[in-house]
Amino acid sequence: MSEKILEIKNLSKRFADFTAVESVDFFVEEGGFFSILGPSGCGKTTLLRMISGFIEESEGDILIKGESMKGIPPEERPVNIVFQNLALFPMMNVFENVAFGLRRKKLDKKEIQERVTDMLERVGLSGFEKKKVTDLSGGQRQRVAIARSLVMRPSILLLDEPLGALDRKLREHMKIELKLLQKEIGTTFIYITHDQSEALVMSDRVAVMNKGRFEQIDTPKNLYKNPQTAFVAGFVGESNRFDIVKRDGEVITTKSGWDVTKHGLDFTPKELFVRPEAFIIDPADELENIERFDVKIKTILFDGANTKISASIDSGDELLISLPQNAKFEDLKEGDKVKVGIAHNDLKCY
Amino acid sequence: MEKKQFNITFYLLVIPVLLWLVLLIVLPHIDLLISSFKADNDMGEKVFSFANYMAFFEDSIYWRTFINTALYAIGVTILAFVVTFPIAFYLTKVVSNKYASFLTLLLLIPLWVGELVTIYGWMIILGDHGIINEFLKYIGLIEKPIPLLYTDLSMTIGLLYMSMLFMIVPIMSTLESLDDSLIEAASDLGASKWDIFTKIIIPYSMPGITSGSIIVFMLVIGDYVAPNILGGKSSLWFTEQIYNEFLSTFNWNEGAAFGFLLLFLSSAIVWIALRLSGQKLERVGQ
Repeated sequence: MSEKILEIKNLSKRFADFTAVESVDFFVEEGGFFSILGPSGCGKTTLLRMISGFIEESEGDILIKGESMKGIPPEERPVNIVFQNLALFPMMNVFENVAFGLRRKKLDKKEIQERVTDMLERVGLSGFEKKKVTDLSGGQRQRVAIARSLVMRPSILLLDEPLGALDRKLREHMKIELKLLQKEIGTTFIYITHDQSEALVMSDRVAVMNKGRFEQIDTPKNLYKNPQTAFVAGFVGESNRFDIVKRDGEVITTKSGWDVTKHGLDFTPKELFVRPEAFIIDPADELENIERFDVKIKTILFDGANTKISASIDSGDELLISLPQNAKFEDLKEGDKVKVGIAHNDLKCY
Repeated sequence: MEKKQFNITFYLLVIPVLLWLVLLIVLPHIDLLISSFKADNDMGEKVFSFANYMAFFEDSIYWRTFINTALYAIGVTILAFVVTFPIAFYLTKVVSNKYASFLTLLLLIPLWVGELVTIYGWMIILGDHGIINEFLKYIGLIEKPIPLLYTDLSMTIGLLYMSMLFMIVPIMSTLESLDDSLIEAASDLGASKWDIFTKIIIPYSMPGITSGSIIVFMLVIGDYVAPNILGGKSSLWFTEQIYNEFLSTFNWNEGAAFGFLLLFLSSAIVWIALRLSGQKLERVGQ
């Protein structure tokens, strides 16, 4: 196990009328890609600003490489931020932007020249030194912002939704690029986002944040497969959600009267979540441990590989079911009745 | 390129402007320009001559006055920047929006009452029996009033006071567009407060500073009221020379020549200043 580069201990931030961050505890390993995922207003930016030193914590402690950051101003912390709007200096060219921090450290000219050139090469911007930042494309500006922070060789690089302003295509591209860049450079990244796909694709570990608290810290895969709270199940990935009104042994009943069997249930859940892709359409008879039922197709929502069926069950509950785009289900159409199964494991109760 | 269709509204809007420009600005200037090249010959007839312009360079009182005026104007411009920049920064970045507009309004008030009235106001404050002297006497610091009025000090105060606003407004408008995250980013990259000020805030607001400086410099160098009323006997202002030529010695040709010299020389100073500071006039208008 690698060293803990950042440790957050019981960190809280209270403002006059509300609590933005409430007793958050976590650590980040050196060289990791850690994401904090949450809806807007959940306190993730406040948390980031506390780590960078722009906001003072109300309670708790932040340790970077084992050292408490209490009372240390932003300019002296070994962390750098890539801002949401990038905050490139418009009156400077690319080279001056990247060299800004090094010049503040009063390094000698030759070293600055070398480090900036090297950094620009790594982010694929060699030859752009003299360009004005206002003349660059969105992706290039992004890379200048990252280079400007990374050239400082921070222990941790904080990224505050830096892909938010990009268009979809470029965002998809930058996601992969960022992950590769992080692997290559090896700096610890802490990435803040409300976009679950960004968090899942890039991170080694993801913390899901809601109302100032961490709901779950896990690997992207675990987060998706085994959400520990109803919020995580609902926020990460798509889910069919049902209110549960009663339980009779292993049989639970949804609000509209759909009875489902869930094995090994020892509490009365309030909510049931099922992922669209957890449904098996037309399951083979020999499959065991699955719950079978009939649905009627209401409409097919075609979206390439993401195509889904909107279907209803007898009770009236509506379901979204992923429809694999292969020859087997080619002929399905509106109004058809289909047999559907769900593995008991995929019924998530909270 | 598509041909633009000019309709009647366009002409209705543009004709008053053109009339104004041509009749009240262009024509009188041409007339003055012609007049500035005329001088009496030995027979007392008006003939074409450079004599009016030569007089400026030959008679040291004239060009000395001009240099004195120009240096003063540069000084007041720099002072105006030093005094107003913190105010502009405070109003745009520190104080909340609610109060900022009210405080900006307060800044405008001196402009509403006109230059002459504000200058008389300063006379009341600075005079021998003015507020400052009376107060100093009252607390026993002085026995005889210190001469504040009719000095270079009072003139500088007057010039500064009437031109300050023209420095503050353009600076405020550039500072308003300065994103706070630029300041945070600089601080994150290890910049001290001083670095942030000199490397981020000042360069960013340079277009505003430049346009403010041009306006203030031109206003001050061409001002007549403040130097005339608040200035002492020794502080001769170039506009006063022009005034004298027109209204004391009735030498309109000489006065016209001085007027054009003022225009060209002050424009030249602005041009040189722009070149030296690496600013472009096109960017200033933004």
